[in-house]
Amino acid sequence: MPGQMTLLVLGRLGVTLLTLLIVSFVVFGATLLLPGDVVEILLGQAATPEAVAGLREAMHLDSPALVRYGQWLLGMAQGDFGMSYANNMPIADMIGGRLANTLRLAAVTSAIAVPLALFLGVTTAMYRGSSYDRMVTAAIVSVISVPEFLIATFAVLVFAVWLKWLPALSLANEVQGFGQLLKVFAMPVITLTFVISAQMIRMTRAAVIDALKMPYVEMALLKGASPTRMVLRHALPNAIGPIANAIALSLSYLLGGVIIVETIFNYPGIAKLMVDAVSTRDLPLIQSCAMIFCFGFLLLITIADIIAILSNPRLRK
Amino acid sequence: MSQTPVSSPRFGMRMNATGIISGLIILCWAVIAVIGPTFAPHAPGDIVDFDFFGPMSEQLWLGSDYLGRDIFSRILLGTRYTVGISFGAVCIACFSGVVLGMTAAVTGGYFDTILSRVLDALNSIPSKLFGLVMVAAIGSSIPVLVILLAVIYTPGSYRFARALAVNCNTMDYVAVARARGEKTLYLIFQEILPNITGPVLADLGLRFVFIVLLLSGLSFLGLGVQPPNADWGSLVKENIGGLAFAAPAVIAPCLAIASLTISVNLLIDNLPVKIRDRS
Amino acid sequence: MTKPLVEVQDLRVEAQTDAGRRVEIIKGVSLTINEGEIVALIGESGSGKTTIALTLMGYTRTGCRISGGKTLLGGRDLVTMSERDRQKLRGTDVAYVPQSAAAAFNPSHRLIDQVIEVAGIHRLMSRTEAKIKAIELFHALALPDPETIGDRYPHQVSGGQLQRLAAAMALIGGPRLVIFDEPTTALDVTTQIEVLRAFKSVMRKGGMAGVYVSHDLAVVAQIADRIIVLKGGEIQEEGSTAQILESANHPYTRQLLAAFQPKPFAAPTPAAAETSVQRPLLEVTDIFAGFGPIQSNGLPYKTVLRNVSCKLERGHNLGLIGESGSGKSTLARVIAGLLPAARGHVQLDGRELDPTAGARSKEQLRRMQIVFQLADTALNPSRSVADILGRPLTFYHGQTGAAREARVGELLDMVQLPRALRHRMPGELSGGQKQRVNFARALAAKPAIILCDEITSALDTVVAAAIIDLLKNLQRELGLSYVFISHDLSTVQSICDQVMVMQHGEMVEMLANDQLPAGARHPYSKLLFASVPKLDPGWLDGLPTDISEHA
Repeated sequence: MPGQMTLLVLGRLGVTLLTLLIVSFVVFGATLLLPGDVVEILLGQAATPEAVAGLREAMHLDSPALVRYGQWLLGMAQGDFGMSYANNMPIADMIGGRLANTLRLAAVTSAIAVPLALFLGVTTAMYRGSSYDRMVTAAIVSVISVPEFLIATFAVLVFAVWLKWLPALSLANEVQGFGQLLKVFAMPVITLTFVISAQMIRMTRAAVIDALKMPYVEMALLKGASPTRMVLRHALPNAIGPIANAIALSLSYLLGGVIIVETIFNYPGIAKLMVDAVSTRDLPLIQSCAMIFCFGFLLLITIADIIAILSNPRLRK
Repeated sequence: MSQTPVSSPRFGMRMNATGIISGLIILCWAVIAVIGPTFAPHAPGDIVDFDFFGPMSEQLWLGSDYLGRDIFSRILLGTRYTVGISFGAVCIACFSGVVLGMTAAVTGGYFDTILSRVLDALNSIPSKLFGLVMVAAIGSSIPVLVILLAVIYTPGSYRFARALAVNCNTMDYVAVARARGEKTLYLIFQEILPNITGPVLADLGLRFVFIVLLLSGLSFLGLGVQPPNADWGSLVKENIGGLAFAAPAVIAPCLAIASLTISVNLLIDNLPVKIRDRS
Repeated sequence: MTKPLVEVQDLRVEAQTDAGRRVEIIKGVSLTINEGEIVALIGESGSGKTTIALTLMGYTRTGCRISGGKTLLGGRDLVTMSERDRQKLRGTDVAYVPQSAAAAFNPSHRLIDQVIEVAGIHRLMSRTEAKIKAIELFHALALPDPETIGDRYPHQVSGGQLQRLAAAMALIGGPRLVIFDEPTTALDVTTQIEVLRAFKSVMRKGGMAGVYVSHDLAVVAQIADRIIVLKGGEIQEEGSTAQILESANHPYTRQLLAAFQPKPFAAPTPAAAETSVQRPLLEVTDIFAGFGPIQSNGLPYKTVLRNVSCKLERGHNLGLIGESGSGKSTLARVIAGLLPAARGHVQLDGRELDPTAGARSKEQLRRMQIVFQLADTALNPSRSVADILGRPLTFYHGQTGAAREARVGELLDMVQLPRALRHRMPGELSGGQKQRVNFARALAAKPAIILCDEITSALDTVVAAAIIDLLKNLQRELGLSYVFISHDLSTVQSICDQVMVMQHGEMVEMLANDQLPAGARHPYSKLLFASVPKLDPGWLDGLPTDISEHA
């Protein structure tokens, strides 16, 4: 007999799968919105009737949309992403190395941003109303109110133009040695850290403040507990769910950030690949990248929700 | 807290200085969006400087861009695109989100379940990604941008309005109205809507900021407003080459964006509590 | 003469309103508490009783601050002391038992860890010693399974048990003063007895001083040596329990005492004789109802009401009495069509009503109105009083313009509110005024039946008594019939000629007014009626010890 917790977790996974299905439907649906005939667009000047017919057949364009959707989804599940329109290469090959680059960037950023944000989030909540809190909060409002490219621009202005510490561009192919690595990663990582920490600090702070308002925290105070004990022992254990959610949501801002940051710093990741694909209207490539991003996002949110379920003491035996 | 309350006796509400300044900045941009371009010292498309990325001067208040065009005039015109497109999109998004959200909360049942599931799924597609895919598929024109931005932000607005309306719907005054025999439309517009207007307007403001950010982001990637037209995001992109010498051509549009979005955020944070969370 | 344990001198506390204004909520209060003495602070909501009690721990809630006076505990002033020193006193010298233990226990930790936390914070004893002491306290507080109950989480024990665990948590540090902040208000009466009895016995054995904050004189009479009556942040009267109960001087105290006098019950005069031979006005038969999807047996997933039947005669009043979870409010919602019954019938004037309100005719809906407990949520905060009262006039009677305005005025007269209130928003009215508007809205429909769901429970005793009088007057004038739902015996007794006792969603027994309370036959009704506290200080000790086992 499965426990209540198991049922909730399974239910949550079910919701994720359903969501992924709906998302894939929307992403696939974008092809159908393409004005005009894909084949004619692709062939351009060379669109003789024979060529068009040939390519149509090769791309299974004559089957109904729903069938194509099924084939596309099935292929994707098996790791077959199809062929790129633009340069006729298997998409899987184009994505492979690029994905690793992006993941590396994301990992380095998270490793810096998550601890930093947790620390700032919890301490600002503890000392809310203090000048420290107001300073951090003001900085956060400024950062989350402006586009990512603005932060990147600002970082370049400060670190590359005025201080001349770092190069403005990064090219991960030519990395030699640690110093070089640092220089390549520095700009993108600084920018992304700003973008996602701001969100994370804001949400963590709110979660901890909510927990601090609970009557059991007041009770702890009336038992003679110190402020630190009230936060660490009484507020935080009950804020794990919301904090996990804050981290997951903020890491999803990494996606938005990465699209801009890879473009501006010319970083050879999957987001840059995708933006380039938009200018060539290479839909299969775009769809594949989009699905990878959505999958990553859903994975994060699902993990956060499962942590929230597992950390709920009311479900413990 | 050193807040200087300034009271407006007519509405009986208090607003602090930060809120008032933010409100004035927003008002200023709104006015520029409507009548700004008529005051432009130069035609936005004219090349008026032989040099590119020229500095600030008496003729060219904010310098010249990468082709030698007047940046001040181009920002005035860009305001119309950035503010206009975003405002149009946010109105459509919030209108459809709020109407659907209240209906779902009051009707409940399958309508609510299915709509919520589908819109939540749409909400889980990161906005920038959604934008990229759709622009790739249908291309980018101003009507397309407005609709696209509205579609991207409707699910969020729906979710927010539905949560508020569900709260309201559990209130006894709605139960009394139901027991009286009132119909759904009355419940939605007379009992629920008046009680969620404040938070919904605050949400509209925040969503406007998100839309400005996304639109600028898309334009910065070259996928938003297309040349020869240019919004603030496109202006930054066009002149990004001037970054290496800190040209006003790239810094000025950045400041324009920041002043608008930060002001909206500050205005909402400093709204009188009465409006902000009346629910 | 020894020095008193607590001396409060001219204490003043200020609170900041939402608009930033500072208001004095405690206006110069002085009191003393001797070693081993239990003093009750009694007063209605807003009287400042909890605020004063909390200052004895050197604590004020957010937005409040002590603006003057002294609070001496064992000769040391808590007001001027550093926060670090106050931390040292809390839990050891003075301890706190909260109103809602359910909220005061941290859901993330086991009960035992929270009970002995004080010992850990102040390094009073080792963990093992603390656990042994806790288990002793659990025994003394008559908790079930004292050895193991601490291993559970807060959500795994009942409300009454949590309240006693909270007392154990307060007593573990061996305090000299214990503050009880309305510790039984959130409990049902039958649970309240066990908890009160446990508190009384440990306090008596421990010889500690106590402050007992409550709004209920009868509860306080059982446990306190001395009573201080508060109103509007000022002391009205002070005296030994016997003095206050027998020879109160202050008019306010007498008002509080008067609320306990059995109210005379006058049988409602049945309406014109012609109707007496007809069917009952409202008849409910074999109702099953609940929440969640309908199961294969035709019942909802969570069935709240089982096989409930009752009827209401024209011009009479039916009372529904029971504790929380007895299904009495659910029954009102079923009758009103807000929660469709899974099975059973509701008949009005002998005609079958559709289970859902939406499918009933306008005339059927008009004849039966419902009034809810909390006027705060029952009145739409963004509509004026005139709009609230005017809507049913337009909806049922098609009145608009001047006719509607005139009728709104009449309705306000009926519920004894000034006509000038029509332009106010609900947020600008007092609790009693809101409840009157709430009731006037039901009257606007010109109904035959009004379902009153705990309409006096959220009000202070004095205000509630006025509302009951109003109900009786209106019944005489307008020939109404009430279905009156309450958990409070004396309220039901004063207005209803038939009373249905409910427990766990079923009818326990039906009693006529003259059978209350002595005529009850079912053990649960007997327990329920016997559990209502009486002003007599010997009431609790006089109850048979096994009383709650009958249930």
